Amino acid sequence: MIRVQNLTKVYSNRKAVDGISFSIEEGEIVGFLGPNGAGKTTTLRILTCYMPATSGHASVAGHDVFTDSMAVRRVVGYLPESTPLDMNMRVREYLTFRGKIRGLDRAQREAAIRRVTELCWLGDFIDRPIHQLSKGMKQRVGLGDALLHDPKVLILDEPTIGLDPTQIRETRNLIHHLAKKHTVLLSSHILPEVEATCERTIIIAGGKIVASGTPAELKERIRGGSRLIAEVTGSGSDVKDALKGVNGVEKVETSADDGWQRVTIETKRGADPREDIFKIIKQKGWSLRELRLEVGSLEEFFVQIVAQQMADQRAARTEARV
Amino acid sequence: MTRNVLALTQRELIMSFFSPVAYVVAAVFLMATGYLFMNATLIEGSEATIRPLLDSMSWVLIFAIPLLTMRVLSDEFASGTIEALMTAPVTDVEVVLGKFLGVLAFYASLLVTTLVHVGLLLRYGGNDVPAILYGYFGMILLGCLYVAVGVFASALTKHQLVAALIGMGVLSLFTLVVDSFAAWKGGLWRTVLSYVNITHHFQDFSKGIFDTKAIVFFISGTVFFLFLAVKMLESRRWR
Repeated sequence: MIRVQNLTKVYSNRKAVDGISFSIEEGEIVGFLGPNGAGKTTTLRILTCYMPATSGHASVAGHDVFTDSMAVRRVVGYLPESTPLDMNMRVREYLTFRGKIRGLDRAQREAAIRRVTELCWLGDFIDRPIHQLSKGMKQRVGLGDALLHDPKVLILDEPTIGLDPTQIRETRNLIHHLAKKHTVLLSSHILPEVEATCERTIIIAGGKIVASGTPAELKERIRGGSRLIAEVTGSGSDVKDALKGVNGVEKVETSADDGWQRVTIETKRGADPREDIFKIIKQKGWSLRELRLEVGSLEEFFVQIVAQQMADQRAARTEARV
Repeated sequence: MTRNVLALTQRELIMSFFSPVAYVVAAVFLMATGYLFMNATLIEGSEATIRPLLDSMSWVLIFAIPLLTMRVLSDEFASGTIEALMTAPVTDVEVVLGKFLGVLAFYASLLVTTLVHVGLLLRYGGNDVPAILYGYFGMILLGCLYVAVGVFASALTKHQLVAALIGMGVLSLFTLVVDSFAAWKGGLWRTVLSYVNITHHFQDFSKGIFDTKAIVFFISGTVFFLFLAVKMLESRRWR
């Protein structure tokens, strides 16, 4: 449904997007994740025909975003990051105008407005001026506008930014509900956001794709970094020696804490030696008050690769200067 | 095409009638032209013709119209609504035409209110109805050109005040400045300057002289500035 090949966008002297490629199939719900300034908004703006790419190709529903821009705009519903709305209009007036420029006739427009009013809970303020609405209400109006023409593809730039927790949950549910009928691409810099809503995540940093996959696949990639945490009695060096001998243990570190040893055990990839560790501790006659597996969170992984990417770039820049 | 332009025009009109700026500009415009009309026409011994009213309106509009048009694109750039607009299936030409027609419609309604002066004129002596109609036809053409210049100025920047000042500057250049410049120069200079002199062409209407040259001038000038506005809007994408 969405194809992107070698897309690059250069602003006067800065590369915002640097040769990214990905594709999204019909009915998928994909999260575009990255820190601020990673190039998310720029990519979405190219896909929605707001600006052309410097080089590379992008197409939506088979239409090229550059040569067949009007066709793309007709099949895409877009919610820009700042939710720009015509503040001086009433919600119904605004949606009527948006329906008109999308080529809906009167009957279609009225039906469409009824549909999005129900879908995005606009009923309470449909006849109020937009400038009086709260941030969350405006966000819903923007979403209603993006859905007005029942688009094949929904592109949402930071759809839950600035909302309170209840609204965030409602919006997520709505997006989940929409994913059944639409192909959805949403961007976010908040990881749990993407983890909660998307089937697949594309992580972008410094204008490049650094990882992509389902949350489970991404977690699989970091399994190697999982750790065990234990708290036992006994002297630090004894504990260290004993645990090092266990099959599957890579590295052991201890620190004394109020008569207890707090032990951090790094395991070999895929290994789970918890049972063996317990047996050894029992055998030595120590007490055990905690033993848990700490699976590295997607959050940590995200922070890690983004930091890595930034460091690489700094290194490259330094090299270039030398 | 037509449907999109109409929808955009209607939106523009809603925004004009909502904006306090439009009302203040309208009020000041009416006060200024009313004062000038009274001073030039409603005093003993003056001619009961439409000409002083038309001329004074054409001067006041140099400052009034850029204040009406400054918002049209600048505000879209500043508030970000341009992004919602330009990702909907509307072309740059349709956007510019919608803006142009929206402000023009507001201007036309402003012009209707000046018919009070015409009423006074007809009541107290003036009876040259064809000259009045032709003069107002000229006011519409003049409005088209001024609004086109204003829309162009608004396409240049996201700062409304800057857009207004650029609009006033361009209009002053083609009225006040070329007028006095042409007075010093002779020969080819004078010919060229008088060709681009808006005041010069407008006087055909205020005097009641029918000349296709003036009509062509206003229409081609309007198209030219609208074309520039479209190009400016297009060029924003590439920055």
